[in-house]
Amino acid sequence: MLVDSPPEQRAETAPAPPTRRAIRALGLLASVVILVLVALASIAIGAKELSLGQVWHGLFEDSGTYGDVVVTERLWRTLLGLLAGAALGLAGAVLQALTRNPLADPGLLGINAGASAAVVTAMTYFGVTSLSGYVWFAFFGAAAVGALVWFLGGSRGATPVRLALAGTAISAALYGYLQAVMITDQAALGKMRFWTVGSLTSASESTILQVLPFLAGGTILALALARPLNAMEMGDDTARALGAHLNRTRALSMLAAVVLCGAATAACGPIVFVGLMVPHVVRSFTGPDLRWILPYAAILSPVLLLGADVIGRVVARPSELQVGIVTAIIGGPVFIFLVRRRRTAQL
Amino acid sequence: MKTNRAERSPRANRAVRTPGGLSVRLDVRALVVVLLLLAAALAASVVLIGTGDFPISAGDVLKTLMGGGNAGQEFIVNELRLPRVLVGLLVGASLGLGGALFQAVSRNPLGSPDILGLGQGATAGALTVIVVFSGSAGDITVGALVGGLGAGLAIYLLAWKQGVHGYRLVLVGIGVSAILTAVNGYLLTKSTITEAAQAVVWMTGSLSGRDWEQVWPLLWLCAVLVPLVLCNARALRMMEMGDDVSNALGVRVERTRALLMVAAVLLTASATAAAGPVGFVALTAPQLARRLTRSPGPNLLPSLCMGAALLVMADLLSQKVFGADQMPVGVVTGVLGGVYLLWLLVTERKAGRI
Repeated sequence: MLVDSPPEQRAETAPAPPTRRAIRALGLLASVVILVLVALASIAIGAKELSLGQVWHGLFEDSGTYGDVVVTERLWRTLLGLLAGAALGLAGAVLQALTRNPLADPGLLGINAGASAAVVTAMTYFGVTSLSGYVWFAFFGAAAVGALVWFLGGSRGATPVRLALAGTAISAALYGYLQAVMITDQAALGKMRFWTVGSLTSASESTILQVLPFLAGGTILALALARPLNAMEMGDDTARALGAHLNRTRALSMLAAVVLCGAATAACGPIVFVGLMVPHVVRSFTGPDLRWILPYAAILSPVLLLGADVIGRVVARPSELQVGIVTAIIGGPVFIFLVRRRRTAQL
Repeated sequence: MKTNRAERSPRANRAVRTPGGLSVRLDVRALVVVLLLLAAALAASVVLIGTGDFPISAGDVLKTLMGGGNAGQEFIVNELRLPRVLVGLLVGASLGLGGALFQAVSRNPLGSPDILGLGQGATAGALTVIVVFSGSAGDITVGALVGGLGAGLAIYLLAWKQGVHGYRLVLVGIGVSAILTAVNGYLLTKSTITEAAQAVVWMTGSLSGRDWEQVWPLLWLCAVLVPLVLCNARALRMMEMGDDVSNALGVRVERTRALLMVAAVLLTASATAAAGPVGFVALTAPQLARRLTRSPGPNLLPSLCMGAALLVMADLLSQKVFGADQMPVGVVTGVLGGVYLLWLLVTERKAGRI
């Protein structure tokens, strides 16, 4: 089993001393400030550079100038990045706690494959062409595959290995289908090759309103699961002795993760590594308490996603590099570094 | 030489002993499995040669192969379809053996080249040639070979930390393959739609249009590597007991592992260069072979035969179901592989093994 931290750090019976709690709360506040700065940068930086004054003008004194229009367009994109980033980070943290595997990732559960297969089906057989039209299909595909993986993984007796295997198997079959469609239908290929890399370009008022209820519900559910998941981290027997409902917590965690990832993937396409990396980094300074990990992950993940989006816009100006590509190229080396740092005995 | 029949054990092993005191253990079941798989692969090949827009009966195919067909059949069989089927057999065999080696070295049933990122590396090489240089089929093969070997080397070096630990190898491979997947996605978005269509067919893994140019390099490589690998099968079997035990038993663990890894990377990369990253043969062939032989060891030879049989049969299935050259073989192996993994999951659960 891949347990992240040594047991002595995981004793959560005594509350943290007040000073440490104050530091963590201050850190959370600092993270919010960083997030605001990155969000402002995301509105200001792009093919057309805007000054902070212009950003302010566009946000609060919108009078329809060119700069204001740019701000409004980038505002939706930034909002989507905020929401999707928070969702991916929370989902990753919940999945890692649920499977007690610090390397768990939404892609592992077949969610990306499910969403991709549903989107290609929508394009080819239902004639859906708009980005906002894909959202429901992608969400349905992600949710259906999430549920299937959960049941095939053994539902109540689900173990991390079984969940991962079930996710891999379903992904394999679905990607076979995806490739078959892309080979026979060139129009689908033309669109899918842009969808599968994951980007924030679909951002618009309607897309955000479509996924917002799911993201909000999933976020609340995930944050509420912090305590029961804390108990589960100590092992099934201890958790049961502490009064946690194992099966209920597992099922609700899976539900929260699938809803959050499914909605984020539906809006942006599959984005890897945000959900994997951020909870990892957060755990290194908050310790294993999920009551801290979850809020930190929810705030720092959008920092990464928006930051990657800004980088993608800067390096390939005046065109742009999709955010999914940037996160994988930044995230991959970090992942390998984390794997190398761990002692062999733990892996 | 005299053959000494041992007592009939539950594993039905036979030991062949020589008067000089040398002895070799024969696993009868494994031998039977190997022979049956070979027969199945060859039978499927003959049917496959006869399948296409111009059907030829199995008898005529055999006659033509022996040199007794008419001119039209000679051309179709020897120039068009035989090299294609041979590429299929060799690619399947290389992938099966390479997969068995990777799974044994990483001690993980998921440690196949699909998941370790070799396929993505070869794809990145091939896509670069297709999209950036607009290269010919021969250039694509070279690009794929370079990409696959480069990815293999990168994974090995990145996983190296006073030796290569199996689990670390798998995880580093997952990381590398994610980076390469992003690179491939980027290249696909930058290509024209014609290049993208060509790239997707290549990425799926296909046997169509393969000729003698692909057969000979693969054949030579297999002729060198397969005996080399089989000579190290004993050491690999001991390494399954763990590094410490096999060290104590006199196996040079790191050296054997490095040698076998290089062989596995070469086999997989050349097979991928010839036919594209045909999914899941390398993952499923060793698992299926293990279930047939009921032997826990690396099952190198059975995996090799199983890979060849699987690939040729998948191609036959794709030709029969979708029509000649309509659907690349990789689609069939991907879907079958996924369904097989699911079936495995359900049955293993009933048996309480996972």
